[in-house]
Amino acid sequence: MDNVLEVKNLTLNFGGLQALDNVSLEINKGEIAALIGPNGAGKTTLFNCLTGIHKPAAGDIILHPPQGKSRRLNNFKINQITTLGIARTFQNIRLFGGMTVLENVMIGRHCRTGAGIAGAILRDKSTRHEENLIVNESYCILEKIGLNIYVNDLAKNLPYGAQRRLEIARALATDPFLLLLDEPAAGMNPQETKELEDLIYSLRDDHNLSILLIEHDMKLVMNLAQNIFVLDYGEEIARGTPQEICRNPAVIKAYLGVEASAEYN
Amino acid sequence: MNYFGELFFSGLTRGSIYALLALGYTMVYGILQLINFAHGEIYMIGAFTALIVASVLTVKGFSSIAILVLAAVVAVVYSAAYGYTVEKIAYKPLRQAPRLSPLISAIGMSIFLQNYIMLAQTSDFLPYPNLLPPIPLFNRFSNIIGPSELSIVLTSAILMILLTLFIKFTKTGKAMRATAQDKEMAMLVGVNVNRVISTTFIIGSALAAIGGILIASHTGRINFYIGFSAGIKAFTAAVLGGIGSIPGAMLGGLVLGLAESFATGYISSDYEDVFAFALLVLILIFKPSGLLGRANNQKV
Repeated sequence: MDNVLEVKNLTLNFGGLQALDNVSLEINKGEIAALIGPNGAGKTTLFNCLTGIHKPAAGDIILHPPQGKSRRLNNFKINQITTLGIARTFQNIRLFGGMTVLENVMIGRHCRTGAGIAGAILRDKSTRHEENLIVNESYCILEKIGLNIYVNDLAKNLPYGAQRRLEIARALATDPFLLLLDEPAAGMNPQETKELEDLIYSLRDDHNLSILLIEHDMKLVMNLAQNIFVLDYGEEIARGTPQEICRNPAVIKAYLGVEASAEYN
Repeated sequence: MNYFGELFFSGLTRGSIYALLALGYTMVYGILQLINFAHGEIYMIGAFTALIVASVLTVKGFSSIAILVLAAVVAVVYSAAYGYTVEKIAYKPLRQAPRLSPLISAIGMSIFLQNYIMLAQTSDFLPYPNLLPPIPLFNRFSNIIGPSELSIVLTSAILMILLTLFIKFTKTGKAMRATAQDKEMAMLVGVNVNRVISTTFIIGSALAAIGGILIASHTGRINFYIGFSAGIKAFTAAVLGGIGSIPGAMLGGLVLGLAESFATGYISSDYEDVFAFALLVLILIFKPSGLLGRANNQKV
């Protein structure tokens, strides 16, 4: 099997609210997949389950890293999942505003390095070497994302589009093989969206990533995704290629309502 | 002028100790939004540990430098272990609880530790040997600042500089800042937040232990209650400077120490605490977040 991620019958309740109801999906290696659905469908909740923020009530999340053995992620801690190779961005930007752009990326890099507190205090040769390496790698990432002019600015002072890209840069710094993007194009103009599209393609190719994105910009989704999963009220109502999803009556109903879909037919 | 200098340096001495202790309060608050009321007790335990080690080594006939170094090392390690354990026992299980619960737990821990030391040691004041090395002074300053005061100010200054560099430049320091800003996000970039929290308690406790040794050597006496009063003052200093802010804790400690010293010297020693807290009230009226506290302050 060439999946990197398998989600089977995932279920999560918030009190009486069924946030996720038997959701299943698979992400293939090297694939860009999209998760769409009306507001409140449970898309971000699913991301939260995948990254360990919420513990699912039932079902399995199984990760198949390119190297190493498969793991069931249900009971892993957030930082352990990051170390295993899943990274994400947020719909509402969550940068470390009081830290510089470089530090934001470096902190993502740190989970791949060994030096602990003893190294931090003693500052021996290998620690310093490692620190230099991290700085260099972080510069490379920032250059690739096009943020190198902001290196020493505080993250909170960046323009909006740059903050969005910094979120991606920081996620990339943890060296993931699966990247989860939560509405990366939110608030972007058509020009920026186009640039984002190119960036996502190049990320996948240069870093051997598989990508799952939540997005409301249908044009972007149709251009990028090979595979689309549609959620509504916590249930998966459709899956397929962009062409299939466009024609799927259940999807049209969920997005436009019953009467509209009747008119369509 | 001499009198002014004397008051100034005695204020600086108090202030440095308040600052060392306030750092512990402010770092923990920055990361957990918790007032660690047991912090003063850690300071008292550090001073007691050093006293016990020093007494044993004196009987064995060690040199004064060896006594100072060994006593300080043992006290720092022992206090750090206490700080670490207190967090694991009293705060970690309550991390998801409403904010009032760990606060009550902290007060409980503080009372428990005070009483434990009272029973294990004694409730009377014990004499404390001066462990600090006699630094030779230029003669013209010796009338306004004593050798132990000078060691306190110097040691505190060095520790605060080291801490600032640690927070600013090291991996652990960055992880601490990230955790203070957004705990969940820090975990999402792979930071082991539990380890960061433990580190914070260990660093805070180590600073408190050194503060305890310094001040007990200076005042020459100790009992189980010194942690409580010093803790309240240091907490005040942390709030004065803007709780959650590291430079704020340092500044708050110095301001409080100097204010107390001048009020005592020029007005009356009976009103020492009155002036300290009046200052706190005044500053908080005009700057509710403290001297260096800002809404989106760089905490830790």
